[in-house]
Amino acid sequence: MDSCNCIEPQWPPDDLLMKYQYISDFFIALAYFSIPLELIYFVKKSAVFPYRWVLVQFGAFIVLCGATHLINLWTSTMHSRTVAMVMTTAKVFTAAVSCITALLLVHIIPDLLSVKTREMFLKNKAAELDREMGLIRTQEETGRHVRMLTHEIRSTLDRHTILKTTLVELGRTLALEECALWMPTRAGLELQLSYTLRQQNPVGYTVPIHLPVINQVFSSSHAVKISPNCPVASIHPSGKYTPGEVVAVRVPLLHLSDFQINDWPELSTKRYALMVLMLPLDSARQWRVHELELVEVVADQVAVALSHAAILEESMRARDLLMEQNVALDMARREAETAIRARNDFLAVMNHEMRTPMHAIIALSSLLQETELTPEQRLMVETILKSSNLLSTLINDVLDLSRLEDGSLQLDLGTFNLYAVFKEVLNLIKPIVSVKKLHVSLNLAPDLPEYAVGDEKRLMQTILNVVGNAVKFSKDGSISITAFVAKAELLRDSQTSEFFPVPGDNHFYLRVQVKDSGIGVSPQDIPKLFTKFAQTQSTATRNSGGTGLGLAICKRFVNLMEGHIWIESEGLGKGCTAIFMVKLGIPERLNEPELAFMPKVPPNHGPTAFPGLKVLVMDENGVSRKVTKGLLVHLGCDVTMVSSSEECLRVVSNEHKVVFMDACVPGMDGYEIAVRIHEKFTKRHERPIIVALTGNTDKVTKENCMRVGMDGVILKPVSLDKMRSVLSDLLEHRVLFEAI
Amino acid sequence: MEVVQIQRTLMDYTKSLFMEGLLDSQFLQLQQLQDESNPDFVVEVVSLFFDDSEKLLNELTIALDQPSVDFKKVDSYVHQLKGSSSSIGAQRVKNACVAFRNFCQVQNIEGCLTCLQQVKQEYYLVKNKLETLFRLEQQIVTSGGSIPMIEMGF
Repeated sequence: MDSCNCIEPQWPPDDLLMKYQYISDFFIALAYFSIPLELIYFVKKSAVFPYRWVLVQFGAFIVLCGATHLINLWTSTMHSRTVAMVMTTAKVFTAAVSCITALLLVHIIPDLLSVKTREMFLKNKAAELDREMGLIRTQEETGRHVRMLTHEIRSTLDRHTILKTTLVELGRTLALEECALWMPTRAGLELQLSYTLRQQNPVGYTVPIHLPVINQVFSSSHAVKISPNCPVASIHPSGKYTPGEVVAVRVPLLHLSDFQINDWPELSTKRYALMVLMLPLDSARQWRVHELELVEVVADQVAVALSHAAILEESMRARDLLMEQNVALDMARREAETAIRARNDFLAVMNHEMRTPMHAIIALSSLLQETELTPEQRLMVETILKSSNLLSTLINDVLDLSRLEDGSLQLDLGTFNLYAVFKEVLNLIKPIVSVKKLHVSLNLAPDLPEYAVGDEKRLMQTILNVVGNAVKFSKDGSISITAFVAKAELLRDSQTSEFFPVPGDNHFYLRVQVKDSGIGVSPQDIPKLFTKFAQTQSTATRNSGGTGLGLAICKRFVNLMEGHIWIESEGLGKGCTAIFMVKLGIPERLNEPELAFMPKVPPNHGPTAFPGLKVLVMDENGVSRKVTKGLLVHLGCDVTMVSSSEECLRVVSNEHKVVFMDACVPGMDGYEIAVRIHEKFTKRHERPIIVALTGNTDKVTKENCMRVGMDGVILKPVSLDKMRSVLSDLLEHRVLFEAI
Repeated sequence: MEVVQIQRTLMDYTKSLFMEGLLDSQFLQLQQLQDESNPDFVVEVVSLFFDDSEKLLNELTIALDQPSVDFKKVDSYVHQLKGSSSSIGAQRVKNACVAFRNFCQVQNIEGCLTCLQQVKQEYYLVKNKLETLFRLEQQIVTSGGSIPMIEMGF
């Protein structure tokens, strides 16, 4: 009835089946046409679809199927031949395409399936890589932790900080429940709980070191899992919770001496500390391998850091000790210096202050002696004189000794009459000798020179002291003094073998023997005789006075004179012999009496005048020129004077044997003149000797003079003797280098 | 005898000059150079010294009076004076010259002027004393005595 379909009127109304077929065909066709469209649309959307060609085929197939079904719409009823033709064509085409598609699909579907498999494979691979990534990341993190830990540990050199930091950092990194360090005690028999993470002040738990679990840990260089129940691990009360896993690792305590260059020290005899680490309670965490590795590495680092800290402590201690010693030494030195200075000041004062009045007393008393006195007065004055002389000697002795000790005493060398010295000594002891009724004999060898060079005063002091001792310690009997020149054979039998006097050309050894028949000296006292302030304690000597310094001073004087002194005695009551040898110089022949205020210059030999010696003197200063001329004229020279350098060069000739020039002359200076003279006279024997007269002889002046070829330098002002000796030296050797 | 008196006075006077440091051993050297062939050696040298020194002192006064002092010149004058005074043994003059030279080297005008004063003082003092000495010697010679040689034994 409802013919809303608008289809052919030849539609049999009872054919519902036909109607449904009709509708189905229509929808099929619709679907068939829309599927390719959808496919195209979605494939266009997606970028990746490898089988476009298949799609086209499929599309064609579907379209044709659709067409077929569409045409079916007409073939359900009566239709013309055209429609049948079209239908057939469509069907044929559809068949063809379907077959081709079917064939192709056989190809394609396996491919599509394999894509799926590959996808599965890739997913697995990705999962695996993820896992590995996770591992690497953890490792890297561990590495970072180790570095950070090491950095923290190494950033300090204080032992406590190191250990505390280690525990803190480890605790943080590994999220530990508790971390503890057990250090071996001094005796090495126990382990003492030294540091913990959570507890602030660990009470001194100790654990004996030889527990099997501890041995196990110590014998392995790895971190070892231990039971939470063992004593080292029961540091943290776990209460009712299950304790986490515990790991222990050894920390070698290295000593400085353990480090050898090439290999790590053998760890068999070393001490270890124990580090115990506990995972959090009640957690299912387990110790991972990388965590254990971390712990081992940290333990090693800690060992190194600790040894560094130990070394540092050691060196700090040594340095502190040194500083203390330095301070003490400095103080001691300053005290010594103060003492020396005080003593020197004292000596200086003593020297002057005490000697002055002494001399006044002695001088005036002796003057008093010369005047008219009554016998009693004379006696009193003599006593005063004697006492003050004694006192003066005493003072001199003490002062001399201090100076001798200092090493500041120097001999006053001079020429003196040796015979006179002995005679003087005899004169001095004559009064006492006559009182004591002793007999003194002096024996001077005939080959003993009459004059000698040496320190007359001190030689006399020595002889006097020795002879005085002989007199002092003899109650009666005789004293014999012999003096002779020590010969080589005799030198060998001197008492000590260290003294080897060697006689030479201009010196000789004077040997003096003083033999007495007095109380003698016992053999064990002999070494003590020369020590100062020491006196033999026999009663005979106690009232003879004296400070005991005499022999000590004599010994020092004798040593200064490069000699030796000793005493021989056969024993108490058998007398003794004092022998000494000193080195004295042999004087040259004297021609003119010496001026008394120049004792240091030994008198010289040679001609006292240089008759006719032609000399050229160049000095700008009129006064000094005249003085120099006077000197030379007095010595007999023929002097030519010039007052300027040009004149000097003009006048100088090979007749002049010596040229004296003032070194600092303005204009052309003395040095240049020397050079010019050298140029003028090339042959050495023609050239006059050039000597510079200068006001200062410092090193620079001397070097300059030497450099320009001068033969000598003399310091102004020149004395007569100096000039004489300079001239004679010059003429003899043609070179002098210095005369002050 | 009078001569002996004068001789003793001369000795004491000379000794005092040495003790006071006005003269030193160089003067003795000069005396030694005097002999028969050279009887007036000392007097000649000392007179030469006096002339030289007067000239030098004048030059020094002028040089130090200049607005801009030529220290080199001053130094050379002082050097000369030092040389002359040391040649005859005028010890204190020489020492004053040494101090003078130090001030010259640091170019200290005030110091130089002070030193010049001092040098002049010492010079006039020693000149005075030496003139007295020569007068005494002259007296001895005219009285027929001989001038005693000084022995310095301190």
